[in-house]
Amino acid sequence: MAWFKRSPWVLHYNATSCNGCDIEVIACLTPLYDLERFGIINTGNPKHSDILLVTGSVNEKSKHVLKTLYEQMPNPRVVVAVGICACTGCVFQDCYNVLGGADKVVPVDVYVPGCAARPESIIDGVLKACGILEEKYAQQKNTQQQPIKA
Amino acid sequence: MKTLFELFQSLGLAERMLAYVLIAPFIGGVLAGIDRKLTARLQGRFGPPILQPFFDVFKLFQKERIVVNKFQNFNIILFFVFTVFSGALFFCGADILLMIFGLATAGTFFVLAGYSVSSPYSHLGAEREIIQMVSYEPMVILVAVGMYMVTGSFKVADIAMYQKPLILALPGVFAGFLYILTIKFRKSPFDLSISHHAHQEIVRGLTTEFSGPALALIEISHWYENVLLLGIVYLFFAFNPWLGIVLTIAAYLFEIFIDNNYSRFKWQLTFLSSWLFTAVAGVSNIIVLHLIK
Repeated sequence: MAWFKRSPWVLHYNATSCNGCDIEVIACLTPLYDLERFGIINTGNPKHSDILLVTGSVNEKSKHVLKTLYEQMPNPRVVVAVGICACTGCVFQDCYNVLGGADKVVPVDVYVPGCAARPESIIDGVLKACGILEEKYAQQKNTQQQPIKA
Repeated sequence: MKTLFELFQSLGLAERMLAYVLIAPFIGGVLAGIDRKLTARLQGRFGPPILQPFFDVFKLFQKERIVVNKFQNFNIILFFVFTVFSGALFFCGADILLMIFGLATAGTFFVLAGYSVSSPYSHLGAEREIIQMVSYEPMVILVAVGMYMVTGSFKVADIAMYQKPLILALPGVFAGFLYILTIKFRKSPFDLSISHHAHQEIVRGLTTEFSGPALALIEISHWYENVLLLGIVYLFFAFNPWLGIVLTIAAYLFEIFIDNNYSRFKWQLTFLSSWLFTAVAGVSNIIVLHLIK
């Protein structure tokens, strides 16, 4: 059964964002959008979460934190880049300290563009991530059953 | 309803235990789902489906196992085993004192699990769990003492068969038990060690380092524990099974209502208020009972 689709738990990390996308992520939890109706919980703990929401253009300071958070999440895991900064770095990409996008540090599965990203598109991105989570789990199971021959 | 009770009484000891072990997680999970749905409705949200806690647990069993310390899962399994053990004792009609000590042992293993990992957040959660245990344990003992003074037996089977309403003799003890029930259910004014709401939690309290199957086991243990605690609430109204079931559900809804109305207390207030309430409601009830007899 597709349990990952029914209960994806989210971890939100602000990688030097301007707080615009973060407000929109929090707005998804409010009564108007109510992410919890899909079983989505904002956990605040990498060891409990399945989906990592990254906002902001990642810089030299936040890249270590982002990498650590990603490594602490148990498999299968999915990364969603929320906002144009997390996707490409946007107008900050030429700054000397900015890496320009979350995909420079961790493998990103879903890109949600927008400045700031609308709650509707964030919900859409998270639900798309649930599908990828299922695929990753199926893949993981296949590789466990048939070990890859070197 | 009556045939259901007769059926339960016709079962042997082992069958009753088995019935609890098999049925309790379903009841506990559905209650947890109702809790989440009701909480969402009280906050003006639509809320997850009623079966959401089951989805969560099934998902957690599919996640990768991450073990920080090799004793952490050992402690969690013992927590699970002792919770189920004390619940099974209760529902097969055994000694209520043994059940209470079994439950305390389960709590101790849970605290040890929190201390076995190296995360400071987990240690903080474990320390707060100890404070909670110190806060509620006297009242739980007083429940057993009060029930013994009225019915003359520590056996759950005899207490459940007592024909007069227990609540009329033990109103203070019941009020005190309802107060510490909030701590045991991990509901809002007293959810110091683990909160279900991320926004008022320091990372994740005691469960910070537990992921996947271990976390699922903690969740299932809570379901068993909740059913057991509601069973104790039922004992106060056991003279009339229908009234008992209705009021047990009412007590659970009351806890959800309290959960939504309060933000978290500090540990000092939690400790002081629960001991004060235990002294005023519980101990005075016992003293009055002693003087009347």
